[in-house]
Amino acid sequence: MSFETLANWVHNWLYETLHPTVALLVEFAIVGVLIIGLFAVLGLVLVMMERKVSSWMQLRLGPNRIGPWGWFQTVADTLKLIVKEGMTPNNVDKLLFNMAPMLVIVVSMVIMAPIMFAKGIQIWDINIGVLFVAAVSSLSIIGVLMAGWASNNKYSLLGAMRSGAQIVSYELSAGLSILVIVVLTGSLKMSDIVMAQADGWWLFKGHVPAIIAFVIFIIAATAETNRAPFDLAEAESELTAGFHTEYSGMKFALFFLAEYVNIFVVCAIGATLFLGGWMPFHIGNWEGFNHVMDYIPSSVWFFGKTFLLIFVIMWFRWTFPRLRIDQLLSLEWKYLLPISMFNILLVTIIALAGWHF
Amino acid sequence: MTLKQYFSNIFTGVKSLATGMKVTGGYFLRHHKEKITEQYPDNRDTLVLAERFRGEVIMTHDDNNEHACTGCTACELACPNGTIKIITKFDLTPEGKKKKALDTFIYHLELCTMCNLCVEACPTSAITMAPTFEHSVFDRSQLIKKLNKPGSKIREGVE
Repeated sequence: MSFETLANWVHNWLYETLHPTVALLVEFAIVGVLIIGLFAVLGLVLVMMERKVSSWMQLRLGPNRIGPWGWFQTVADTLKLIVKEGMTPNNVDKLLFNMAPMLVIVVSMVIMAPIMFAKGIQIWDINIGVLFVAAVSSLSIIGVLMAGWASNNKYSLLGAMRSGAQIVSYELSAGLSILVIVVLTGSLKMSDIVMAQADGWWLFKGHVPAIIAFVIFIIAATAETNRAPFDLAEAESELTAGFHTEYSGMKFALFFLAEYVNIFVVCAIGATLFLGGWMPFHIGNWEGFNHVMDYIPSSVWFFGKTFLLIFVIMWFRWTFPRLRIDQLLSLEWKYLLPISMFNILLVTIIALAGWHF
Repeated sequence: MTLKQYFSNIFTGVKSLATGMKVTGGYFLRHHKEKITEQYPDNRDTLVLAERFRGEVIMTHDDNNEHACTGCTACELACPNGTIKIITKFDLTPEGKKKKALDTFIYHLELCTMCNLCVEACPTSAITMAPTFEHSVFDRSQLIKKLNKPGSKIREGVE
């Protein structure tokens, strides 16, 4: 039994036994609990993955004391953060200070809505799915700016302003590279984009423009999630911790969690647009091979692709040094943006002429 | 910037990034074979320290409990922060002459910066740096050490 049949069965059972409005509310609650559960698991798994990947890339051991090979280290860290006091310093703007982490985490939750986790598993198949993601993801910068401003601390404010300049810039090339796939598919709907890749992923079908768009998307996604080499907003060596300098305990943990969930979200979007979402890997006419690939569940395909992209982004982080602010902006405005504009022209010609497979 | 420079910038940039990623990717793939982490104190028995490691000053004694220190105080003079205090005495040689000799070599580990100047100043190579580093104690007075062993005397022929 797949997740899709289970979900349909629960849906039908709720609507048969309960009043439609109550059933809808119960479904909201179930989805909310599932998303919060996913957040908790993602936080634990991704932080552990980051620490292990970083240590292995530097020939270190990484966490190795709690549990087998240190796999429970993040559980212990989370427990520590939960019992820690969430302090609010004296001269901060108390409302904004306490609201900022909530806003950031809520934005991460809302972007989860149009993502297809597996065949038929999607919270909301909205017909402007990709646009929705692009629009909502830019809201998280407001949370960061709020935190920086409310902290009443020059380092926090500097970090937040840097983060603002960075996200406003990189939103453009991220949007343009998403647009490449939208042009090829002819739809903004997530399920349509995935179905269009049933006979091959856009990365392979879209010729050179899709590959360029993929590379630009990965760079822009790294920048938008404020990760090294684009982590000027945090810049431990210059700004202590940037916008979350003054945060402690669970409020800090929410920022930390939002960072990792955002990585997951952008990688999920990247996997959906360029690597075919939950679509299995097929090669032309190899019937036997394609049949074997179809046996692997769609959720495994989706999470496999997403975690592959997450690994690539972690690989970036543990290889490249941090960019200076002028280098960051010149990379975007002088290189990525002109290239992606030219790229979208190219892909439009290809799509109009029908040259893609 | 000409168009040619623009594209060569992109090319060299991508190339250097790929070189960096190749290095870390290579480490990632063979991480299980080479590890630079020392799991101290679990590996205390197998710990290997570099030959030039400077942990504390010691005086070398041979099997006959003899050292090579003439008590010349060159090390005491060379020390920049008064770590070494040498107390001398006068021995009688078989011919009945008085000869200056070492009585007590006092070494203040708590003042020492491991600069190695005393070892370099020593004309007879009587002192050297030992590769030990677990020096913490509960009382500061335990760090004042007497380097010449009790009952030791100067080796024959060392002037």
